[in-house]
Amino acid sequence: MRLSILDRGQTIGTRALFAFIRAVSRQPVLDVVKMAAYRPDFYGRLMQAVTHEAMRGPSTWSVGDRELMAAVVSKANECEFCVNAHTATAARAYGDGVKVAAALSNLETAPIEEPLRVTLRMLRTLTREHTVGPDDMRTVLAAGVSRTQIEDALAVCFAFNVVNRLADAFEFFVPEPDAFEAGAKYLLTRGYR
Amino acid sequence: MSDIVRALEAVIARILEGSGRADPAMRRAAFENTNLTGPTATLVRKVAEQPSRVTDADVAAARNAGLTEDQIFEIVVCAAVGQATRQYHTGLAALEAATGRPDHG
Repeated sequence: MRLSILDRGQTIGTRALFAFIRAVSRQPVLDVVKMAAYRPDFYGRLMQAVTHEAMRGPSTWSVGDRELMAAVVSKANECEFCVNAHTATAARAYGDGVKVAAALSNLETAPIEEPLRVTLRMLRTLTREHTVGPDDMRTVLAAGVSRTQIEDALAVCFAFNVVNRLADAFEFFVPEPDAFEAGAKYLLTRGYR
Repeated sequence: MSDIVRALEAVIARILEGSGRADPAMRRAAFENTNLTGPTATLVRKVAEQPSRVTDADVAAARNAGLTEDQIFEIVVCAAVGQATRQYHTGLAALEAATGRPDHG
């Protein structure tokens, strides 16, 4: 972590909670959690509400679909921490790690439904190119994705375009897979709040 | 959907207009990725445009230019939320253009 305040600047109560979590889970506290808990009144609390709404709020996309979107956006941003975190969470949500791995390695041949595929492709373009046009959206709509589903996918994209940037800029430590598995379990039971 | 828009607006209002350690004008400039100079401009531009290219040296240079860690934290958050917001609005505008319906959020 490039800023020591994000590692050690939380309140005494929060740091005590982190020590407790480390002891009980035998896993490191993920840097994304430490960041959200640093001056949560400035960023963490309100942004977690956005992310929770996008990832767990009402939507016809499943939780697995939205976690896969998060992983694909993170990959487009080359954010290793977030790719690992949301690959693990999508795999657990779907109960199908092979499908998630396939979607991340080759979106065009992965065994996923066409509406999800074209949506992921659009999110990848928006993330990589920083822009999309009406034609990109017409392609998605033509595959049977509703306007509301596109709006929901854009909200997921927003949340991860924020956190990918922070993970890269602050250089979140990338722990062993076990830590991301523990994180995935947490995200699927408690969400992002 | 409208819940998301409201929640997003709350984040933006807080980081740009609420109390902070960095000057509000600097936070807004970071959000907009404009009107900054020197190491702060470099850091903000990388966070917005090429986040995976941010280096230790970029953060050290901002520190050497006189920014505290808390100010760097705020500036980076503003830059990240700003770029993500522009992309989100670009996506919604493209959708509106494709469907020919205004977005009432």
